[in-house]
Formats: sequence, C-alpha cells, structure tokens
Amino acid sequence: MEFAELIKTPRVDGVVLHRPFLPTVEGTLCLTGHHLILSSRQDNTEELWLLHSNIDSIEKRFVGSQGTIIVKCKDLRVIQLDIPGMEESLNIASSIEALSTLDSVSLMYPFFYRPMFEVIEDGWNLFLPEEAFKDIESVTDEWRLSSVNKDFTVCPSYPPLLVVPKSVDDDTLRKAATFRHGGRFPVLSYYHKKNGMVMMRAGQPLTGTNGRRCKEDEKLINATLRAGKRGYIIDTRTINLAQQAKARGGGFEQEANYPQWRRIHKAIERWSILQESLIKLVEACNDQSHSMDRWLSKLEASNWQTHVKEILTTACLAAQCIDREGASVLVHGTEGTDSTLQVTSLAQIILDPASRTIRGFESLVEREWLQAGHPFQQRCAQSAYSMGKPRWEAPVFLLFLDCVWQILRQFPCSFQFNEHFLVLLFQHAYASQFGTFMGNNAADRVKLKLSQKTVSLWSWVNRPQEMERFLNPLYEPNSLVIWPSVAPQSLLLWEAVFLRWNRSSKCLEEACVCMLHIIEYNKELQSKVNALRRQLAQLQTEDSLLDTP
Amino acid sequence: MEHISTPKVEQVKLLDRYTSKKPAVGTLYLTATHLIYVETASNVRKETWILHHHIATVEKLPLTTAGCPLLIHCKNYRVAHFVLPRERDCQDVFQSLLKLSQPAGEEELYAFLYNPKQNENDRRVGWGAVDLKMEFKRMGLPNDLWEMTDLNKNYGICSTYPAELAVPKTASKPTIVGSSKFRSRGRFPVLSYFHKQTNAAICRCSQPLSGFSARCVEDEQMLQAISRANPKSSFMYVVDTRPKLNAMANRAAGKGYENEDHYSNIRFQFVGIENIHVMRNSLQKLVEVCAMKSPSMSDYLTGLENSGWLRHIKAVMDAGVFLAKAVVEEKASVLVHCSDGWDRTAQVCSLAGILLDPYYRTIQGLMVLIEKEWISMGHKFTQRCGHLEGDPKEVSPVFTQFIECLWHLMEQYPCAFEFNERYLIEIHDHVYSCQFGNFIGNCQKERVEMKLVERTYSVWPFLLEKKEQFTNPLYKGISKIGVLRPNTLPFNFKFWCAMYNRFDKGMHPKQSVLDTLLTLTSQKAEEEIKMTDLQKELAAIDETVPNQDHPSPASVLDEQSTKVQTTPSSVSLHEAKHMSHMTNGTSEEMDPNAGSANGKGPEEWEGPESSPAVTNGKAIAIEILDTSLKAEAESPRSSPTAVEE
Repeated sequence: MEFAELIKTPRVDGVVLHRPFLPTVEGTLCLTGHHLILSSRQDNTEELWLLHSNIDSIEKRFVGSQGTIIVKCKDLRVIQLDIPGMEESLNIASSIEALSTLDSVSLMYPFFYRPMFEVIEDGWNLFLPEEAFKDIESVTDEWRLSSVNKDFTVCPSYPPLLVVPKSVDDDTLRKAATFRHGGRFPVLSYYHKKNGMVMMRAGQPLTGTNGRRCKEDEKLINATLRAGKRGYIIDTRTINLAQQAKARGGGFEQEANYPQWRRIHKAIERWSILQESLIKLVEACNDQSHSMDRWLSKLEASNWQTHVKEILTTACLAAQCIDREGASVLVHGTEGTDSTLQVTSLAQIILDPASRTIRGFESLVEREWLQAGHPFQQRCAQSAYSMGKPRWEAPVFLLFLDCVWQILRQFPCSFQFNEHFLVLLFQHAYASQFGTFMGNNAADRVKLKLSQKTVSLWSWVNRPQEMERFLNPLYEPNSLVIWPSVAPQSLLLWEAVFLRWNRSSKCLEEACVCMLHIIEYNKELQSKVNALRRQLAQLQTEDSLLDTP
Repeated sequence: MEHISTPKVEQVKLLDRYTSKKPAVGTLYLTATHLIYVETASNVRKETWILHHHIATVEKLPLTTAGCPLLIHCKNYRVAHFVLPRERDCQDVFQSLLKLSQPAGEEELYAFLYNPKQNENDRRVGWGAVDLKMEFKRMGLPNDLWEMTDLNKNYGICSTYPAELAVPKTASKPTIVGSSKFRSRGRFPVLSYFHKQTNAAICRCSQPLSGFSARCVEDEQMLQAISRANPKSSFMYVVDTRPKLNAMANRAAGKGYENEDHYSNIRFQFVGIENIHVMRNSLQKLVEVCAMKSPSMSDYLTGLENSGWLRHIKAVMDAGVFLAKAVVEEKASVLVHCSDGWDRTAQVCSLAGILLDPYYRTIQGLMVLIEKEWISMGHKFTQRCGHLEGDPKEVSPVFTQFIECLWHLMEQYPCAFEFNERYLIEIHDHVYSCQFGNFIGNCQKERVEMKLVERTYSVWPFLLEKKEQFTNPLYKGISKIGVLRPNTLPFNFKFWCAMYNRFDKGMHPKQSVLDTLLTLTSQKAEEEIKMTDLQKELAAIDETVPNQDHPSPASVLDEQSTKVQTTPSSVSLHEAKHMSHMTNGTSEEMDPNAGSANGKGPEEWEGPESSPAVTNGKAIAIEILDTSLKAEAESPRSSPTAVEE
C-alpha cells in the first residue's frame, strides 16, 4: 500500500491553526505519509509538524463551506484546523483518520526516519544484559546469566538472556516456566548491594482450582533465600482477585508449598481499568467550567490519584521488605507485565541511587520495561481521547512515570534528570520517530529488526546538546534510600502532563530559567574565586623567590 | 500566674497524630506564655513549645488505660495529643489552658508582657516602620482628584475607621456625613487604592441602609463624587461581595444594596463570597480532612470537596481579579462592600492591590498593604482570631484566606513576589500570637485606647530583621512583572499542605528547593566579597611588583570584557539587567533608570572600558554574569572550567 492512495488532497492553502496559548497561524496545510505539516509562508518559524501516529482521534464540523477539524493528540494536546472548502476538509479528515490508524507496523515512521544528527553512541547497544550482569557479578557469585530463552520458546515475552540463581539449571527453569503465566518464571529484577537481598518478578503461578504445585518453581524461588531467612511474595492483586484468578487457571502461592515465604496482597488495579481512569482524568482537566466542586469530584471520580497512591504504596512496601526487613521479595500480579513492573521499577528508584541518574533511569526503563516485556505497542496504541472501547490500551507506563514524578517532587535534589525527561518518555512511548518503544517484547523487536532499521531514542537523547535540557540543576548525588510520603496530601496532580495544554506555563518556565541562572552563576563565581586564589598564590611564591636572592 | 496550679507534669506521653508508633515520653511545663513539652526519653533534647495564644481548642478525652488524654488544636494547625498519667493533673492543665489561651481581658495578652530588651527609642522607631501617610503619597495623593481628610479624627463619624482617610476632592463634609448615616456602622465610601496609570480608584464601604426603597441624596452624591474623580470613565462599578440572596435578605432588616436606578452611571455586581460563619465551618471541615488517619485518596478528595474551602478561596480570588480587571482593562473605578465592609471587603481590596501593584508584592509592601486594608480599616482581629474569651461565632479565618490567596498567586507567579511562603506563614503566626501589638484590637480607636504603640512592640521591624529567610531567590524585581492576571480555573487551586499540615513534616518534600536556593544566595554574597578581596590583594601586589609577565587584575577582567564583546548582541541588556536585580538583592532596581547595579549605564559595562570597575564587587558580578550568558548563547551548559582562564 502506498501512502499516496490515502492522501486525496495533499495540500490546502489558507488553513487556520488554533493552538492553546499561542497566536493563531494561517498557512498551508500539507499531508505527507507520516506528518501533518502547517507552515505559514510569511514566517518560517511558525510551523507545525505533527506525527500522524501522535493523533488519538479527530472531530469534524462544518459551517457553510468551511470545515473545522479538531485534532486530539496522544500527548493530550488539542489543536484546531479551520479549512476552507468542504471537499478539502473531508479529504483531509479522512486522510488523517487513515494515516493515524495504520495497521501495519512496518509502515510506522521510525522505519522511515533518518536522523539529522550523527549517532555517536548507539542506544541499541547501550544497555546490553551482559553488561548489566557484570555489575552484579562483581559483588556476588550467586547468580548467573541463562540463555534458556534464547529463541523465545520458554517465555515469548522474556528477553533471550535472564539472570537466575546459579544453583538452578536451565531444565528447572523450563519446568518452572510451565507453571507461571505466560511462561514468566521468577527472574532477578534487582540486587540490593547494601545487604545482598534481591527482588524478583514473575507471572502468577498456575495453581488453578485444584491447587497444582510445581517443585521446580518452589526450588527456584527458595534458591534465592539465604539459610534460615524468609522472603516476601508481593501479589499486586487483592486476595479476592487472586482467588478468582484460580478459576481461570491462575492463582497464588499456597503457604503450605512455600513455607519460607510470606504472601502480602495489595490493591493495584489491573491494567484494563486504567484506560478509563485516564480518559476521565483528562476530561476533568479539559473541563473549562468554573465550578470547584465539579473539578474536585471529577478528579476524585477518575481514580487516577488513587492508582498513583496504591502503586507507590506497594513499591514502598517492596523496598521496605528489602532494605528494612532484610528479606528478599518476589513480585507478581497476573501476567507480570504491568503492575508487577510498576512495583519493581519504582522500588529501584527508591532503593538504588544509580536509577536516579539519567543513564541509570534509561537502563531501568530498558531492563524493567522494554526487556521485561511490557507490551508498549498494545498499551500505547491509544491515549486519553480514544473513542472506541479499549482493547489492550492502558496507561501503565504513564502511571509509572507519574509515580516517579511524585518522588522527584518530594526529593527535588536527588534526581539527575528533571520532569521534562519524564514527559519526553511519555510522549515517545505513545508516538515517536525512534524505534525504542515499538513492539511488545524482545522477540517482536528482533523480528522487526529494530536495532538495524530504526534509531534508538537513547542515541538521540544522550547527545550532550539534547541531554542538557533534561538535567536537574539542583542534583546532588544522594546515596541514600529515599522514602516518599504516600499521604494523599503529598501526592499532587502531575500538571506538566495533565495541565500542560490547559494553561500557560510561561511563568513557571521563567522560574526554571531563573533558578538555572542562579546555580550557574554561583558555579562560575566559585571557579573565578579559585582562579584568582591560584593567581595570587603564584604571585606570592614568585615574590618570595624574588625577595630571596 | 494565677491560672497555673500545676506547672509541671512528668511522664506525659505525646502521641503521634497518624501512626500508632510508640509515643514519646516527657515532661510538660506550663509557663505564663507557653506550654512546653520536653521529651525525656530521646537522646536529643527535643522540645515542643506551644504559645498559649496559639491554642484554639483544648479537649479532655475520655480516660483510657494509658492515662488521661488531652487534645490540643492550635490556630497554626498544630495538633498535640498528650496523655497525662493522672486525672487531677490533666484537669488542672486543662483548666489552666482554657484560661491562658483565651484570657478574659486584653491586659493579659502576651504583647503586654513581651520584652525583647530593646531600648525605648528603637521600640518607638519600630512602630514607624510602616507609615500609611507615606503610602498615600506613594499612590500619588493628594492630587487634584483625591485628598486626605481628618474629618474622622476623633472617630466621631465612624468609630471603626481610622482618623486619616482619603476621599474624592469634590465630596463635601455634609456629603460625607450624610453618606455615613446611610451606611451600616457609618462606614462611608473611602479610597482604598488609587491607580495612577489610569486614574481609576478602588473604594470601599459597608452596605447601604436602603431597605426596600430608602435612598439618600448625600450617598448618591458621594458615589457621584467618586465617579467624577475618574473623569475619563463614564461609569463606575459597585461590587457587592456577598451572594445575592444574602444581600436581599438584608433588605428586610433595613440594609441591602444599591438600586441602580437611584445612582447615576453605576454598574452593580454581586460576586458571591460567603459570610464568616460559612467560612468558619468550612475551615473546620478542612481541618478534619487534615486529621484523618490514613485516608484513602478518595476520602481525602471527597473531604476536600465537601469542605468547600477551595471553592471559597476561588470566590475571593475571582472577586480580586474582577476588581483588577475593571481598573486596568476598563479603566473604571470600583466601590466595594459586603455587609459591614471589614471582612470580605478587606480580602477583595487587598487582593486587588496585590494584583495591580508590584509594590505590594515586596516584603515591605505587604506590610503596608496589611496595615492599610486590614489593621487601619478595622478588620476585627481580636474577634476574628479569638484572642480573648468571647463569642465563638465572631471567629473566622478571613485573614487566613487572604494569605492563602497570596500563596496561590505565588504558585502561579514564582518570580513575582519578593517574599516566599515562609513569610506568609510567619505573618499568619503573628496574627494569632499576640506577641506584638499590631493585630490586637478591632479598630484604630481601640488600639489608641489600649495605648498599644506606647506599651507593645510592632511586628514589622521584627520581620524585617529576618528578611533574608523570607526572601524569594527567584524574585525578578519590582519593575519586571506588572499586573498579575492569574488563571482562576479550579485546577489552579490546590490544598496548601505547608499551612494546614504544617507540623506533619512527613508529608512535605524531604528536600527543599527554597533552602537550596537560599543557601546559594548567601554563598554568592560571601564569594563576591572574597573575590573583591582577592582582586584588591592582587592589585596591591601588582603595584609593588610591576612585573609585566603577570596578568594584572585589570587584565583578568579585560579578558572577560573582550569575551563580552564577542557576545552576540542578542544577549539582551534586558536579561543581563534582570540578572543583576536577581543577584544583587532586592531594592536597587526600584529605579528603572539606574541601569546596572554599579550605577553606570549599561552601555558602559558592555564595552571593553568596563574593566576598571575592579574595586566594585557588584560590577564584577555583572561581568561574570555576562560570560555566563554568553556561554549559554553559544554552547549550552558550558562547564564552569570552560569559562575559567
């Protein structure tokens, strides 16, 4: 299929663009295979380039011979195009609809995008499992890298290389995999160097109604415990939901079969609930009516903040078990690809100072989300303006980013990156010129040959001139565990995402610039004083040399 | 001391408000001014001081096995839950606190005891720190439209107004006296704020005694005089800050609101702020939300909504915005009233002042504004704050709401205020503390009778002394940000955790951006001094050893200034100047023509000749700054070493 078939009217003059908080622009609208472009001829700077894949839905209206298309984007922005001519409007609207909902992955923009910059450091090779494992290997020899899943047959959603207890062989892993949802047998997620405790993650055990058990699974997870130590299993579901899962072949670890483990149930909502929550939240944020009560009750009814609180609470619990109780932890929900990853990755933000640096955070996203098989393509196919019934869509990753932001807000000096970095990841997870968030798992990415055919987001973002925008000027490395407050008063609405297009952020940006200036100025002053000091010292030594003939 | 029968109780437990972790054990002391709790168990001597006047309520809860619980709620939102071992002690302490927290007579207020060992002259001078005569001058009064009058010098026309008032020049004495007779409690229309740029004025008064049909020629003349004092505008607004229903109900009692037909060219408007009783109940509900033990998000948000608190805050803010818009955009004068004109009217007028005039967003300016719109114009602090034993129905958080509105504005405009959040909280503390004389009494007349100026200290010099910690490091200077046009859509109003959960440290961010920036600001001052000293030393050595090989201090700067020259001229003066404001403190930029901080014209320090300014730390500061701007323009985020030669 050619894009040209879908583009009935490639160009319309005299189109007026309305954007929030920006002056309207009149110009020429062009449709290409991947972009909607509006350019005002008088002034080259006023251009809009919008990826079709960023378009969530459109609305059309007609008044006389003029058409109006309201474009709602996955990054939550809403823009309006006034197009002269009925036929042109209809053509444009149908083209946008078709181009923004292409089924074929191979037609996606990342396969066509050619970087305008030189790739110095290829992001595709930046976070290889072998490299990450070296770090663990340097402090303990209890773990090994297994290639049992090298052809994705043991677990289709796992990567080829996995970290498992050294004492457990690949055959045991294969058997344990048959006992876990989606073949997701327990693997290492995080090694806490401070006390050698670990966090593992898995899919739910397939106990079913008749309480099936699996010796290999028990052996596998017991192998992670130190002699005489107990561990915790954190099931992200309520006990009721976990019970119900038995009827569908799933279930949870029976105490009798796992005597060394204590099971704790939490109440993170299943991913399928979340899409509706996002839609309601965004609707509340976009409601321009002036009633306070209506806003608060809609905010409450969206349940978004409740999800944030539950996820953070569970992550704190996992971190607490590891750091305070000195116990190892196994985390799972149902599939082990959503709430499980929210918990394991946030626990690392709390526990591991490295994950609060830019590189460390990229590595975390790579390990705990991309490699771990969070189905980005399914989850991020649609965003808050999707019209139809959600199938696989859910803002699981956005919720994770929101939680990271909550911690960042409470520890504004402990993160190397700022919130723009989190917003960037949100945007690219939903629509991007880069291949990083394509596919649902490592197997998909191999099949699509992403590393050969597309550019990695990390290749771009790690260039100094880009990264500069994402650095937190207040950052002071903090080697401690950081415990966020999960009281409702401490958890705020993430305005940089949800109110981004609903109010002007000029004054807030000014404040950021101002803060940066203060910090930079101080640094330069400091180095100036040091230089003068050296100069003075030099002069003084030379003087004393002159004085002593 | 007559109220204290048990000055010391040992083995007192202090319970944590939210968690059931082990309570602290310590000794509780009662002094004439404070309740003091000293933890005995902990290694670090931890003390909690609670000012008696800060205590809002004391409750004796039912006896438990652990002892006799005493629950204290403070006006600064501290909550202390003690458990005393013996019933009798608890009863004693309870009785004492009831008396001490709300004394029967004003003579017992802390301000009359407070003695910071300052000499008498300083004390007197301190009361002059805020001068309203100067403030009217600053506004441009007297002029050919407005004048000062002392008609009320013996508080004869209106007992709750100050002696000095500003009125339209064309308003005669009979007009004023006549109008005052037609206004509730004699509070006739007077000037609150004169907007020099447009000649529009904000005036305030109380409701007219119009009933269903009464009218008053003098009052109509008075409004006309106000209208005429803004010659370019063909109309004026009359804003009734009450909900329409309340205003209508008042008509039955012979009060009410202006009939548009009786007054020429007025536009009448209700803005719907609720009365003091609604506000008191709303705050009570809000405080209950804050006290919930591990609430779910849903409980919390529902509680917040049901309290109505943010709705009321938004209503006050909307009204302030309405006034500011009328003045700036329509260039129209506004007359504001509520019922008596001392609660909602004070909130709305002072908020409009903040929006319109950057001066009120300075540390000094806010003092002046509070003195002008609240203290002088007769906001009943003693009653609203419950300083003394009295009618609990008179207590209401009207001033707190004003302070909170400022916080919301600061959240939207982080660079527009010279002060930070702590300043607001400190002022709020002292409104209730009764440590200083400013917020004692209900009107000027009462204050004069109490001889507060002779017998107590003023809070303003005390705050000015701590100015550094109240400074907003991001402040851009008085001339940078003009009229504020805040967004008042509901999502802009957030729960103010730092106020209402102030003592629940666990809920606050664990690292403070403000503290970090304040530290940087003080470091900067130190480093600048160091730099000047080093420059001097270098210059001195240079004189004694005229060695051409060594770069002279001047040439160090020469290199700097050469760099400046190569700077693309797009590095705007404007920006460099604002940086100098920001870094050089606060008040220098009051004169927009001053150019750079060292008094030279900006073009001078841009050129290479700027280097001689070696001896002036400020000048150096600016130059360094310029390189930093340059670095920014060319290669973003150059490391400091790149600039270093």
